[in-house]
Amino acid sequence: MRSDVVIIGAGGAGLVSAINAHESGAKVIVLTKEYPTRSQTCMAQGGINAALSNAGEDSVEAHIKNTLKAAHGLAQESAVKFLCEEAIGAVEWLDSIGVPFSRTKDSKIAQRTLGGASAARACYAQDYTGLKILHTLYDRCLSLGIEILDERYLLEFITNKSENKVSVCGVSVLNKRSGEVEIYEAPSVIVATGGYSKIFHKHTTNSSSSTGDGIASALRAGARLSDMEFIQFHPTALKNSSILISESARGAGGYLLNSIGERFTNELLPRDEVARAIYDEMQKGEDVFLDIRHLGEAFIDEELPQERKLAILYENIDPVSDLIPIKPVAHYTMGGIEVDSESMTNVMGLFAVGECANHKVHGANRLGGNSLLELIVFGRQAGNNASKYAKNVKKDENISLHVEVESEVLDKIRNCTCRVSFYEKHKLIGDIFYKNVGIKRDKKELIFALDEIYKIKDDLPLMGVDDKSKIYNNNLVEFLEFKNMLELCETVLLSAIARGESRGAHFRVDAPSENDAIFKAHSIVDESGRVSYEN
Amino acid sequence: MKINIQREKLTQYEFDLEDATLLEALNEIKINQDASLVYASGCRSSVCGSCAMRVNGKEVLACAYKVQDGDLVEPLKNVPIIRDLVVDMSKAYKFNAKAKAWQSSPAKNISVTQEDEKINEVQSDCILCGACYSACPVYTVNSEFLGPFSLTRVWRYVSDKREDNTKDKIDTIQTNGVWDCTLCNECTIVCPQDISSKADIEKLRAKSAISGHMDPNFGSFGGFGGSFDGSPTF
Repeated sequence: MRSDVVIIGAGGAGLVSAINAHESGAKVIVLTKEYPTRSQTCMAQGGINAALSNAGEDSVEAHIKNTLKAAHGLAQESAVKFLCEEAIGAVEWLDSIGVPFSRTKDSKIAQRTLGGASAARACYAQDYTGLKILHTLYDRCLSLGIEILDERYLLEFITNKSENKVSVCGVSVLNKRSGEVEIYEAPSVIVATGGYSKIFHKHTTNSSSSTGDGIASALRAGARLSDMEFIQFHPTALKNSSILISESARGAGGYLLNSIGERFTNELLPRDEVARAIYDEMQKGEDVFLDIRHLGEAFIDEELPQERKLAILYENIDPVSDLIPIKPVAHYTMGGIEVDSESMTNVMGLFAVGECANHKVHGANRLGGNSLLELIVFGRQAGNNASKYAKNVKKDENISLHVEVESEVLDKIRNCTCRVSFYEKHKLIGDIFYKNVGIKRDKKELIFALDEIYKIKDDLPLMGVDDKSKIYNNNLVEFLEFKNMLELCETVLLSAIARGESRGAHFRVDAPSENDAIFKAHSIVDESGRVSYEN
Repeated sequence: MKINIQREKLTQYEFDLEDATLLEALNEIKINQDASLVYASGCRSSVCGSCAMRVNGKEVLACAYKVQDGDLVEPLKNVPIIRDLVVDMSKAYKFNAKAKAWQSSPAKNISVTQEDEKINEVQSDCILCGACYSACPVYTVNSEFLGPFSLTRVWRYVSDKREDNTKDKIDTIQTNGVWDCTLCNECTIVCPQDISSKADIEKLRAKSAISGHMDPNFGSFGGFGGSFDGSPTF
């Protein structure tokens, strides 16, 4: 099937790109491995930043300043400026298409304070901000008649090389329902597949789908990845299930307490600092709790209804009367596919947006409320630019032969006898990563983790799938996801070993301070595993 | 603990888990016993809507249901089964488009108050899990019924002052729409987000009447298929 723009992923970033590419006149197809309302975006709770000054004084300059400060010298000022300047228009646009934002008494969009922000800047819809934005975007796509094809799992980006340039010309996907390989041709492809926190297995707030497929496929297609070592730990996930309790709970005045009921940190510091403070308490043998009891039942039910529901369901406690047991877990991956100021990767025609992309706005630590914002701002940009780019490409490639190539790869996996369980290996990787590639890291431990990853890689030929069916073979899809995660684990570790300093979310106990002379730069990792630094 | 899962054949699995969600039980079975078991899941925190299925005849989210010994687990109803507990939601989702469940055009300079926002707050909590669609008995007689979730979505937009063409919205839901509901309330009972599509449909009926639409069943009042509240009887 041929179109002008193919978008992989139907979360917030993919849908905003689709709307804008469509409105720019392109024929758009969106492919998603699930359904369009099931993506990670629906799990975002806290809010979307914009300096509207609806709940006290604020300014775009302050938003820029806070973002740059949290980024620890690693964000690109021009990109941050663009993000923060566009924020106001982005929220106004969401409001105009029907996002049901919470309101103030004087009919303005309500705003609250999240960590690292100097003002109440996050616009929200109770604590269902991501869900309500995502569903409204989906409805908007339907109203425009945008074609969304469900349950297509990304295999590879198809490229061609001419005059020393690599260009994308389509994608191959597995239709999960039929088990057949399908090819979608397009001069512009947008990757909007989300982050890679699922490498931490159960130690993440993320959906089981955040396996970094787009990032790994882009790397294989020749795209560069950057800042892969920067993984944000969210300070407050439920202790037993790793389910997220929104930062808005602390923004509203929630306390962090240790076992003897003492506060031990300023709850509204940026996430990296709060996560480390909690980690230190836990290392001392303390349990850590979030206390929102003093906020009162009425407030909790009005502003934090989801948090209450989740705590009751998954922790068997009611936060109206009980302390919430928490721990920090992997939440957001700052690294990803490197893009330029037009959202394009170094592969011509291949664009990236959302958590899978690195627009260099988060640097070493992302501010709460900036991820939903990035989807809208850069989604608009990527959609428009992909549409524009497609109009200037006049090529008729025949890439249908890739069906056979990819089908053979899948048949080979199906026919392989499974002697080692990749599910067990994924669990092992998650435990090793949480311990050694987590909130505090050490060179020796990182090298140990990399050796373990190499051992698992050596065992890959012994792994396979027990399910031999063609129809809806999730066992096969999960194996392909595992292989992608394994590739990304290597890039994370190579980048984390090379960065011999501490900065933001990357904290090295063997090099606890920032070393601007060498490392005030973005790490780049290519497919051969070479790490370099660029500004 | 033993549970029975409706696959091609009813299959019994035994596992050792305490205070576990059904999703945790399914993961345990898939990873350690039978990799060929198929089900959908995502967020595991009741917000993505992927893991809706039926337990002992009632729709639940697998990630929010605490599994019990002897449970019978089945796929959703009224949708084609692809394999095991995975169903094809395409047709169900398409009813959103048929019902025009969206805001017609971007709004300009419309002030929304706190009270305005409360009007459809709960309706916009919908996660499209399809539990209501599966529980709806109308589909046994009318496979083209727009259905509970898409009508709730229409109410969300119709009740929002940013919508500038409510007439078109109301006109669209007259056929296979608001009057086809039996007001049986099954959708409300199973909704994991505490939304009552039945109540939303009643509000849409009232709005339809104000817009000059008539209950098509009303004409046959006293005859075949009519009842006092305007809903057909079967």
